[in-house]
Amino acid sequence: MEAQASADSKATDHARGATFWSDRLFKAVVVACASVMGLLLLLFAYELWQSSQLSIRTFGWRFWVSRDWDPVRERFGALPFIWGTLLSSIAALMIAVPLSLGTAIFIAEVAPRWLRQPVSFVVELLAAIPSVVYGLWGMFVMVPWLRENVQKPLAQRFGFIPLFEGPAVGVSMMAAILILSVMIIPYITAVSREVILAVPRTQREASYGLGATKWETIRYVVLRYARVGILGAIILGYGRAVGETMAVTMVIGNRPDLTTSLLQPGYTMASVIANEFTEATSPLYLSALTEIGLLLFAITLLINALARFLVWRVTKGEGRY
Amino acid sequence: MRISRLYEMWRRFANIASLTITAVCAVVVMAPVFIILIYLLANGIRSVNWEFLSSLPKPPGDEGGGMANAIVGSFYMVGLGLLLSLPVGVGAGVYLAEFGRSRYGNAVRFMADVLNGVPSIVIGISVWALLVVPMRSFSALAGGVALSFIMIPMIARTTEEMVRAVPNSLRAASLSVGATYARTMWSVVLPAARGGIVTGVMLALARAFGEAAPLLFTALGNRFWNLYLDRPMANLPTQIYEYAKSPYQDWHRQAWAAALVLIAVVLVLNVVARMSTRERFRALR
Repeated sequence: MEAQASADSKATDHARGATFWSDRLFKAVVVACASVMGLLLLLFAYELWQSSQLSIRTFGWRFWVSRDWDPVRERFGALPFIWGTLLSSIAALMIAVPLSLGTAIFIAEVAPRWLRQPVSFVVELLAAIPSVVYGLWGMFVMVPWLRENVQKPLAQRFGFIPLFEGPAVGVSMMAAILILSVMIIPYITAVSREVILAVPRTQREASYGLGATKWETIRYVVLRYARVGILGAIILGYGRAVGETMAVTMVIGNRPDLTTSLLQPGYTMASVIANEFTEATSPLYLSALTEIGLLLFAITLLINALARFLVWRVTKGEGRY
Repeated sequence: MRISRLYEMWRRFANIASLTITAVCAVVVMAPVFIILIYLLANGIRSVNWEFLSSLPKPPGDEGGGMANAIVGSFYMVGLGLLLSLPVGVGAGVYLAEFGRSRYGNAVRFMADVLNGVPSIVIGISVWALLVVPMRSFSALAGGVALSFIMIPMIARTTEEMVRAVPNSLRAASLSVGATYARTMWSVVLPAARGGIVTGVMLALARAFGEAAPLLFTALGNRFWNLYLDRPMANLPTQIYEYAKSPYQDWHRQAWAAALVLIAVVLVLNVVARMSTRERFRALR
C-alpha cells in the first residue's frame, strides 16, 4: 500500500518541477505561504523582544528572581508568577496524566468498536469548550462548591500542613489546578490514543501468543512500545497548561504571593498578563508584563518542540524502544 | 499447583480490574462536558431572548440590555481572521502535502505545530506591539489579525492531510490529458480535497470564535456599535470575561447567556465538521 502510493507519487513527481511558468508561479506562491510559519515565529520573538527592552535594561537578570511586584513604586519581579505557573501546571499534570492515559487506553484498546467514536468525540468536545466558558463555570459553580465542601474541611482538619494553610477563600491555586487538569486532558488523551494506535499489531499478537492477558499486553507491550510518544503527549499537555490563560485568571485569585498552600490565591505568568495588561499605565509596567510574555513564549516554544520531536519519532515509526 | 492456580486467578482479576479502571477514567473524563453544558443551559437559557440578542449593553448597574454588538463583533473579527488566514493556511498546507518531503517541508511542518502551541495570550501581546502601538488605537483589525495567526497553522495542517488524501490517480489522469501541474492542482486536486479543507476550516473557526486572550489587548471591546476596522470592537469572549468579573448580578446573568450563545456556535461548528468527516471517510472506504 505504502510502496504503491510512493510509486504513484514518483510517477507524478516530475510534473511538480515542470517548466511552465504557471507551475513555477504556483510553487512560488505555496512556498511563500509555507514560509509564513517561520516568519510568524520570528515576528512574535522580535515584537516581544523589542517591547521588553525597557524592562530588560532596567532590571536585568534580577527580574527573574525578584519577588517584588509593586506597580505603584514601579518595582517588578517575575518570581511569583513563575512559581505559580510551575506549581499549577505540574499539579494539573499529576491529575490529568493518569486519567488521560486510562481514557486513551480505553478508547484504543478496551472499548467495543461502536463505543470508540462517541467517546473520542465527547473527549474532543472538552477541547472545544472555550477557555472563558471554563472560567465562567469555574468562577460561579466550582469555586463556591470547592470552598464549602473541600476547602473548609481541609483547612479545619489539615490546616497545620503548609499545603492546606490559611482560610478557605474559594479562588485559589486548587481551583486553578482542577480547571487546568480538565482542560489539558483532551490533548493528552488524543495524542496518547494516536500513539497507542500506532503500535504495530504484531506486538500485541506476539504478547497474546505468549499467553498474556489483555491488561498484561497493554501494560508490558503496548505502553512500553509507545512510551516515548506518550511522554511527548504529556509534554504537549504541559505546554497547554503553561499557556492557559482565561480560565486560570478567573479562578486563581490573582495575588502575587509565593504560596505553597493550595487554598491560597496565586498568580501565573499568563494570568498576570491577561489581568493587568490593559490597566498598566506606565511604559515600564507594560514592558515588564511583555517580558513575562517573552519568557512564556520561550518556554512554550521549547516544550512544544520537545513534545513534537518525541511524538513524531513514534508515529513515524522511527522510535527505538 | 495450588499457588499457580491462585496466581492465575490473580491475573484474571487484575485484568478485569484494570480494564474496568480505564472505563472509569473515560467516564470521569467525559463527565465535565455534560456538567458544564447542563449548567450553561440551566443558567443561560432564560436570558437568551430577543432583548439580549438585539440590544446594546446598558450602563454599569442598569438592568437589561444585550450583546448585539458583541455577537456581530465576534462574527466580524472571526470573518476577518478567516479572510486573512484561509489563503495562507491552504497555500502552506498544499506546500506541505505536495513538496513537504523535503528538509524545508519538515521544518515548516514542525514550525506549524510549534506555532499551534504558542499560547494565545502571547499572540495577543505580539499583535498589540505589531498593530495597536503603531496605530495608537485598539482595533477590530488587530483582533482579526490575532485570530488569523491562531487559525493559520490549524488550517495548514488539516489542508495538508486532506490534499495528501487525494488519490494520485486523479493527478495522473489530469496530467495525462495535458493539464499543467498548476492547472491540475487548481482544477482537480483542490476541488477533490475541498470538503476536507472546509472541515478543517470549521474547526479553526470554532477555536477562534471562543478565544478571549488574543482579543483582550487587540480588539479590547466596545460598549457601542462599531463596524470600522480601526476602532475597538466588542466581542463575546471578552464580554463574558468582563461581565463575569463585574460585581453586578444582572451582568452575571448576561455572561451566562453569552456563554450559552458562544458554546452553541462552537458546538454546531464542531459537530457539523466531525459528522461530515466521518461521512467522507466512510465514502472513501
